[in-house]
Amino acid sequence: MLRAVDLGCERGDRILFSGLNLHLHAGEVLQVHGANGCGKTTLLRALCGLTRPATGEILWQEKDIRDDESTFSDDVIHIGHHDGIKQELSALENLRFAVALSAKSPELSAEQALAHFGLTAQTHLPAYVLSAGQRRRVALARLLLNAARLWVLDEPFTALDQSSIGVMEAMLHQHASNGGCVVITSHHAIPLEPGIHRELHLTT
Amino acid sequence: MWYWLHRFSSPAYFYRFAGKATPWLAAITGLLLLAGLYGGLVLAPADYQQGDSYRIIFIHVPSAWMSLFIYVVMAAAGGIGLIWHIKLAEVVAACSAPIGASFTFIALATGSLWGKPMWGTWWVWDARLTSELILLFLYFGVIALQSAGEDKRTASRASAILALVGMINIPIIHFSVEWWNTLHQGATVSKMGAPSIHTSMLVPLLIMALACKFYYATSLLMRARAELLEREHNSNWIRDALKNHG
Amino acid sequence: MAVLSRDLLLALRRRSEVVNPLLFFVIVVTLFPLAISPSQAVLQTLAPGIIWVAALLSTLLSLERMFRSDFEDGSLEQLLLSPCPPTILVLAKVLAHWLVSGLPLLLIAPLLGVFLALPTEAMPTLLITLALGTPVLSMVGAIGVALTVGLRRGGALLSLLVLPLYLPVLIFAANAVAAAADGLIVTGQLYFLGGLLLLSCSLAPLAAAAALKISIH
Repeated sequence: MLRAVDLGCERGDRILFSGLNLHLHAGEVLQVHGANGCGKTTLLRALCGLTRPATGEILWQEKDIRDDESTFSDDVIHIGHHDGIKQELSALENLRFAVALSAKSPELSAEQALAHFGLTAQTHLPAYVLSAGQRRRVALARLLLNAARLWVLDEPFTALDQSSIGVMEAMLHQHASNGGCVVITSHHAIPLEPGIHRELHLTT
Repeated sequence: MWYWLHRFSSPAYFYRFAGKATPWLAAITGLLLLAGLYGGLVLAPADYQQGDSYRIIFIHVPSAWMSLFIYVVMAAAGGIGLIWHIKLAEVVAACSAPIGASFTFIALATGSLWGKPMWGTWWVWDARLTSELILLFLYFGVIALQSAGEDKRTASRASAILALVGMINIPIIHFSVEWWNTLHQGATVSKMGAPSIHTSMLVPLLIMALACKFYYATSLLMRARAELLEREHNSNWIRDALKNHG
Repeated sequence: MAVLSRDLLLALRRRSEVVNPLLFFVIVVTLFPLAISPSQAVLQTLAPGIIWVAALLSTLLSLERMFRSDFEDGSLEQLLLSPCPPTILVLAKVLAHWLVSGLPLLLIAPLLGVFLALPTEAMPTLLITLALGTPVLSMVGAIGVALTVGLRRGGALLSLLVLPLYLPVLIFAANAVAAAADGLIVTGQLYFLGGLLLLSCSLAPLAAAAALKISIH
């Protein structure tokens, strides 16, 4: 489904990686490993079209992601270092806005998505009173709303407590068995069957 | 033609070509400059009204022409870099900005020097001077944006957009200022470079304009070479080029 | 439009950010009688220029709000990754910005006109120029913010980039008000401002969208 051909990225005048090829099939989870500063975040941002790679191309279902931006962006959710949560809006308002932006109708309601992450009590609280972990959970709840087939997750487990990590792992599992794709960075070992779990080690 | 363009826009080829061309261009610049200055300062007769002080137009007018010309080149190069991702175009746009700003400054400074004996004051809000001043601000914006980013290519692309926006705005600004000026026209506004100019003045003026063009080309190539070395310092062709140099 | 209603809701929750540029507008205008002269005749000739320069500066203060906080908390990336075309996003954000910062200027301007002894004949023209001109300021400002949002210290740079581009609006708007105060016909200036508005509405969103993509690089 997701293919990168001869991908290379630079940051400033430093070459992060070059000549990278990867091919991710439906139902696979790709975990990207590497030391700090080796370009994991840049790779993820390039894969969802935020950063323009210096060389190479990225294909989603054999079409260049830059040629058909609106279809591709309906298929991808990116959750990066920043949660993308507005402090002044409540957890629910934040999620409703995410739903309103997407072209598809959501599978779950925003309330159900929050309940899935155990945030029922925080539904109407403004995001600035939530803890970092709770905000992270609001951000991750977006994954349940839009039926995007490609998840690009940059360190999703940061600040999560043990039970939320469990919820997130179960969601990755579920998504893969539904035929979705995941590209994830994490220093945490994700318990997945070897058949669907692929790993990529970036070296400088 | 297309092949040739492609080859020329490769940094390695350009670097070698620019290295060879620079001395020739510099020599032509020098000759034209000498001829133009001799023609303008010695051969051309003194003006019956303004005496010798009009001679500053031999620098002022070409500089004013260059200031606009370089802005157009810069915006065009920026646009090309933006659309086709040609590194060389980005470099040309980045290197043009300071040269263009210098010409704009020269045009302003000489205009002001000329204004002192003519108008009795260093500065008048004449339409052309005002437009030129705003052009200088536009150049400053491009230069500041160019130097603000950590990533040179991102900064180049951002300043290319700004240059293009400025390009659309220049005619509007120029028209606004002209219009504004006709409303507030003071008693002493006289236009520089009268429409009927004697050949003995026109020829040195055109030679000087040509000299400025060649100066721009020389200076652009030198700057572009330096900029390319800095931007591409970890690519193979630079290592080869430096090795051949000894 | 979801983006528009979200931005308006956000503005409602952060009222001080909305009110401060407006107060700034009022305070700057009141400085002039104190600094120059309270004489009616002097103020009357300066009034159009003062009000318009103050409007320009106050818009400049509120511009960064358009994209800066979205950039910092990561929502800008989400917006750009959404299926919504970026030019439409920019239009919605500019419209929200204008409703929150341009429209209030329009509402308070008659009061300032009175402060500065602007003749009542010129009031309608003042309002029309503000109605036509301030959206242009928001549009062109959006390009400037989009270009500088990725930089750590974008604020001072923003004014350097944007103010020269604001000059045509300033020239025509201030002049129209001054001419109206002298009892002259100002349709020409107003058409020109309308033309600038159309031009900026059609081109600025494209430029700002392209600039945003570069800035989040």
